[in-house]
Amino acid sequence: MKNLKKMLTIAMILALAISVAACASAPPAGDVSSAPAVSEPAPDDNSAEEPAAPPAASGNELNVCVGPNPDTIDPALNSSVDGATLIIHAFEGLYTLDENGTPIPGQAESVDVSEDGLVYTFHLRDGLAFSDGTPVTAQTFVDSWLRAINPETAADYAYMFESIAGYGEAVGDGTADFNPDAFQAVAVDEKTLEVHLVARTPYFLELTAFPTFSPVPIHVIDAEGEAWATKAETYIGNGPYKVTEWTPSAKIVMEKNESYWNFAALGPDKINFALIEDDMTQLTSYEAGELDFIDAIPQDEIDRVSAQPDYHKEGQLGTYYVSYNVTAAPFDNPLVRQAFTLAVDRDYIVTNIGKSGQVPAGAFVPIGLTDADPAKEFRSVGGDYYDPTAAGNEANLAKAKELLTEAGYPDGQGLPSITYVYNEGTGHQSIGEALQQMWGELGVTVSLESQEWATFLNTRKNGEYQVARNGWLGDYNDPISFLDMWITDGGNNDAQWSNTQYDEFISKIKNSGDQAERMQLMHEAEDVIFGEWMLCPIYYYVDIYMQKSALDGSVWASPLGYKYFMYAEKK
Amino acid sequence: MIRYTVKRLLLGAVALFTVAILTFFLMFLVPGGPFLSEKTPTKATLAALEKKYGLDQPVIVQFKNYIINAVQGDFGPSMKQRGRNVKDIIGERFPVSAKLGGISVLLSLALGIPLGCIAALKRGKWTDNTILVVTTIGIAVPSFVTSIVLMYILGLKLGWLPTFGIEKVSGYVMPVMALSFYPTAYITRLMRSSMLDVLGQDYMRTAKAKGLSPALCLFKHALRNAIGPIVTYLGPALAFTLTGSFVVENIFTIPGLGNSFVSSITNRDYTMIMGTTIFLAALLIFFNIISDIANKLIDQRIQLN
Repeated sequence: MKNLKKMLTIAMILALAISVAACASAPPAGDVSSAPAVSEPAPDDNSAEEPAAPPAASGNELNVCVGPNPDTIDPALNSSVDGATLIIHAFEGLYTLDENGTPIPGQAESVDVSEDGLVYTFHLRDGLAFSDGTPVTAQTFVDSWLRAINPETAADYAYMFESIAGYGEAVGDGTADFNPDAFQAVAVDEKTLEVHLVARTPYFLELTAFPTFSPVPIHVIDAEGEAWATKAETYIGNGPYKVTEWTPSAKIVMEKNESYWNFAALGPDKINFALIEDDMTQLTSYEAGELDFIDAIPQDEIDRVSAQPDYHKEGQLGTYYVSYNVTAAPFDNPLVRQAFTLAVDRDYIVTNIGKSGQVPAGAFVPIGLTDADPAKEFRSVGGDYYDPTAAGNEANLAKAKELLTEAGYPDGQGLPSITYVYNEGTGHQSIGEALQQMWGELGVTVSLESQEWATFLNTRKNGEYQVARNGWLGDYNDPISFLDMWITDGGNNDAQWSNTQYDEFISKIKNSGDQAERMQLMHEAEDVIFGEWMLCPIYYYVDIYMQKSALDGSVWASPLGYKYFMYAEKK
Repeated sequence: MIRYTVKRLLLGAVALFTVAILTFFLMFLVPGGPFLSEKTPTKATLAALEKKYGLDQPVIVQFKNYIINAVQGDFGPSMKQRGRNVKDIIGERFPVSAKLGGISVLLSLALGIPLGCIAALKRGKWTDNTILVVTTIGIAVPSFVTSIVLMYILGLKLGWLPTFGIEKVSGYVMPVMALSFYPTAYITRLMRSSMLDVLGQDYMRTAKAKGLSPALCLFKHALRNAIGPIVTYLGPALAFTLTGSFVVENIFTIPGLGNSFVSSITNRDYTMIMGTTIFLAALLIFFNIISDIANKLIDQRIQLN
């Protein structure tokens, strides 16, 4: 019996040790916007010393994982980044993006743009067809776009078409019937598509490469309804690859599409998209040599893998920030908001918590967006609204303390209790703890509250918070994609902010045809945001992934995070 | 017996209806909805979606419609996986989980019952002690730990088994091991204590005294009487195992039903929540009835009432 007790004790200790070890490497729950990394100092893991695993696939086959099972891969309905990657392989718009993110002709052979920039006449290539042989004509585009904006389709991204004239009249205010005749995208003949815009839209060609603008097989959708996009047999596309197999939550298999115009140039014969939910499994499968590419890396592992040549980091159009609820005390006072914004040590957050090369943010519109002069970046023209680097910390903090005193809360005295709300996930929590500490330097006591994802979205949307984590990924290469959201009553205006001057700027920008004027107005609009300090930028996102070195140079990522495998080549 | 079965089935239907009511109304009390995301759809889109899925109607009307459709076998469309029906999703995924779970349960029984008997017969000896230690670990260690350890050793370090998917037969090995560790340990311990209990009974002593061979004693008299608790445990255990495990299915990328339970809740996919809950509840009720009846068939001393 004594013996038994001893053995039991040993067993218990063993079990406990295993549990603890596993907890440490358990994958954290994240959300769609790439969460920052949090990690213990890198353990001396011996797997890094092992010789690189042999290429995963034999022959001309590629095994990748860009995400778990997508909710939908209907081009009109999808709004996820991983879904978009799948869609750009199975579909192609009028234009597509090259490795530099520049729009190049896709289904269209060329385009004529009127002098005022308001009329785009697209000339389609000869012999375009869906993978089932049905021709793709100008009318197919018109029908597909009308389907995407039809309120009955209820597409998240319907508003992407708002730059096309007649969008508003067609969609109406939800009370009138859908009026497709008002929409000014017209098929002149089988191969000519004429699109009229509301105002000059410098990024319009890029928009035509966006998945929502893809032509869809109306002839199949009419028969199958929304279910057309749920099975390989009816998921008919016009893109470089066609889906030949889809086992939900297991894998999507794509093979080259013979009817694609550029078939000869295509890369792998077969691309297997593994639909792996767990990011730890993704990394394990990658390291076991079963995958050639993974799009997610567990936060705890970034330290270990970031030195490897397989690790890739790309800029991504997005900003991680903190939302103030400007209707809730004490954040109804701009001085308090400014003080809180200045008290944050962004350098600490990106170096010690983010760890994957995020850039400390000194404004809301991120780096990577072009200004009126295409050679210049919007951010470098606009500059920072405060010094986000480590060098600026001391002065910022001193200023923050002054501001708080000016607001009537010297050393934080008299401030109501403050709660920072964030969604579950190690990274968000660590940032919350860092902010708690940093704001603590102002003499403020901040408590933290973690919420489950869907609850959190609801809390933020309804303004039932004081200060909360937030993040935004742009939809296209134009700052308006970041500024538009802060209009009064905007669906994503979690700050519950309203500023008439700002609203006027946005409406002017949207109706302006002059790029220089637009950019000038956008800088002024951003000035308004930071005149009121209605949010607190933390860092600009980066997109990290692992890719076997044999693929280098033939696979690329767009600034929106989409991955292009169609021309992949294993050297 | 027939009367008893009919009575249990009727009670089961009442229980199922209660589950449906509770789930439906509790579900709407939880904040959030199926159409929210980091990027909130426009008001017009939200309104269109709510109309499309009938969420614009009062909850009580929605419930009425839901029940009327459900009774006719229509569990509605998933609100998150556009274009898919709840019934189809369950129909597609349940067989995958059931196959995996079925193998695991069989394996657990095949290992657990003999091991439990051996432990009981060798009570206090090293065999018993070893079995006790291993089963303690089996019960204490959660399946995600087992899964990760297995994947690390067999998948990554040794490279013997695939780390995701069950397309190849070898893909079943790790998930089955992860799934059956706990039930094997539990059945072993259950069997051991139940066996010890039976072995100490007077009728066993009588049988032994009458000169029956030890083997006959064990198989004819002890096993039959000791198996009861296992059958009782098997009812709910089968329902849960056959419907899959969220953790194991996620880690090994198995297209089963297990992760639909949890993801439907985090997604606020109302129709999926209802569909999966009702399905699991029905299975639970069904297997409980079966195990009660099976117990009666095995042990005539049990009174069905």
